[in-house]
Amino acid sequence: MEKSYHDINREGLWTNNVALVQVLGLCPLLAVTATTVNGLGLGIATTLTLVLSSLIVSLIRNLVKPEVRIPIFVMIIAAVVTAIELSMNAYFHELYMILGIFVPLIVTNCAILGRAEAFASKTTPDKAVLDALMMGLGFTAVLVVLGAMREIIGQGTLLADAHLMFGEVGRMLTITLIEDYRGFLLAMLPPGAFIGLGLLIALKNIIDIQKKKKATKEVAIESQLVPANL
Amino acid sequence: MLQVAYALIPGILIFSWLFGWGVIINILLASVTALTTEALMLRLRQRPVKIFLSDGSALVTALLLGLALPPLAPWWLILLGTAFAIIFAKHIYGGLGFNPFNPAMIGYVMLLISFPLEMTRWPAPLSLSDAHLTLSQSFAYVFSGHLPAGIRLDALTMATPLDALKTNLGLNQTIQEITTRPIFGSIAGTGWQWLNIAFLAGGLWLIHKKIISWHVPAAMLGSLALISLLFYIINPATYSSPLFHLFSGAAILGAFFIATDPVSCATTPKGRIYFGIGVGILTYVIRNWGGYPDAIAFAVLLMNMAAPTIDHFTRPQVFGHGGK
Repeated sequence: MEKSYHDINREGLWTNNVALVQVLGLCPLLAVTATTVNGLGLGIATTLTLVLSSLIVSLIRNLVKPEVRIPIFVMIIAAVVTAIELSMNAYFHELYMILGIFVPLIVTNCAILGRAEAFASKTTPDKAVLDALMMGLGFTAVLVVLGAMREIIGQGTLLADAHLMFGEVGRMLTITLIEDYRGFLLAMLPPGAFIGLGLLIALKNIIDIQKKKKATKEVAIESQLVPANL
Repeated sequence: MLQVAYALIPGILIFSWLFGWGVIINILLASVTALTTEALMLRLRQRPVKIFLSDGSALVTALLLGLALPPLAPWWLILLGTAFAIIFAKHIYGGLGFNPFNPAMIGYVMLLISFPLEMTRWPAPLSLSDAHLTLSQSFAYVFSGHLPAGIRLDALTMATPLDALKTNLGLNQTIQEITTRPIFGSIAGTGWQWLNIAFLAGGLWLIHKKIISWHVPAAMLGSLALISLLFYIINPATYSSPLFHLFSGAAILGAFFIATDPVSCATTPKGRIYFGIGVGILTYVIRNWGGYPDAIAFAVLLMNMAAPTIDHFTRPQVFGHGGK
């Protein structure tokens, strides 16, 4: 079954979100989201990896024999990640130092191999790239929101250390929301990430349930209207 | 559950007699927060509020947390800890009867990890400090952080016996040198020993009333005493006596009131003995070689985690099934 572009967008961003629904790539998600900027940095790196590897996988999909596809996918992803890692080291050195091992570890992010295997290897490059982009943006959005949550609760700021990413202008982006905040260490520690992600998933489920309720209500109202018109 | 609260009364009275109004303020704040949060969560989860609120479990959580936190702690600390305990340790898992961990201890550990400074600032026993706060002064300090003129924070606070022991052992002093300080008293700390005796009385009353079984407290205190006796015999200069371990910190409170929580403890009699031994040994290990002076909360939480496994292996044989 061919998916439309619209379906791909919706799935990547919401209904099949990497972090909230597939719950893949948890290791970096939980480890680096102590601040918004860290989350954004890793999110962009992951999105880039996803897009490039999906594009290549999709382009060579007719050449690869199914028996050896996994090692080939992994090698493509590893090559892309190495290139991104080196360029991050060159242009965003400080951020690269903070993210540390989690940049090379993008290779093992199962979301990327998952998309290559489940989608990119079976479809045309345009759809593969769009899917990768949307999945990556969905993942990045969760990273940023979780990072913002933890940063606000943990140290009372938003976009701290933004200069690591946006250069010197970034220093002005940092917002101190709570003056003289004592800090809430739990939010910065791994348990805070688990609790925060749990809350985000719960929030998504609540929104979905509300949407469903609204939809069924509308259907119910319409079906009531029909006999009235008769 | 309410009888557990009654059994805590002697301990609460002695505690506030020894440490002043801060204890009562702690307990009041914790109780109000716990009951409010419990009611809110029950409404949110569409459960009957009245029935669940009157079972007293939220109140017991609040009392235990109020007793575990340092008296005169700032108000937000108590609010945050109690609300976290009720929401995240209890209701997220499905409410009373479903929580794998002891809610009061989750609240305590969360605070200890997040706010080490506030959580380790214990007031001195009144008999050892020159500055005493009246009820209104205590309230003012808890809510605004302002001390009345002429009283400095240093005059009010003092390291607890366990804390003093840990710090000074780190400075290569022997137990005999350390325990000459006034905070140590005759057995296990001025004031602290009487507090623990009051908790012991309450706990024994609970066993007498058959609210809790003897297995957990006996196993926990027994193993704590045995292991500390063993190390005390080997080297009394660096390991303190079994009596000190039993009657300082939260050992007695933990043994009778915290580790015996019927929900998060092991359920079979044999399992409860293993559970108690585990808590006792872990307490000793963390107290001596861990980073924190007292360890009841961590020990209980770790054994909570092990409780389902313990239950699995100590299941009593059902008549007519299996057998050798």
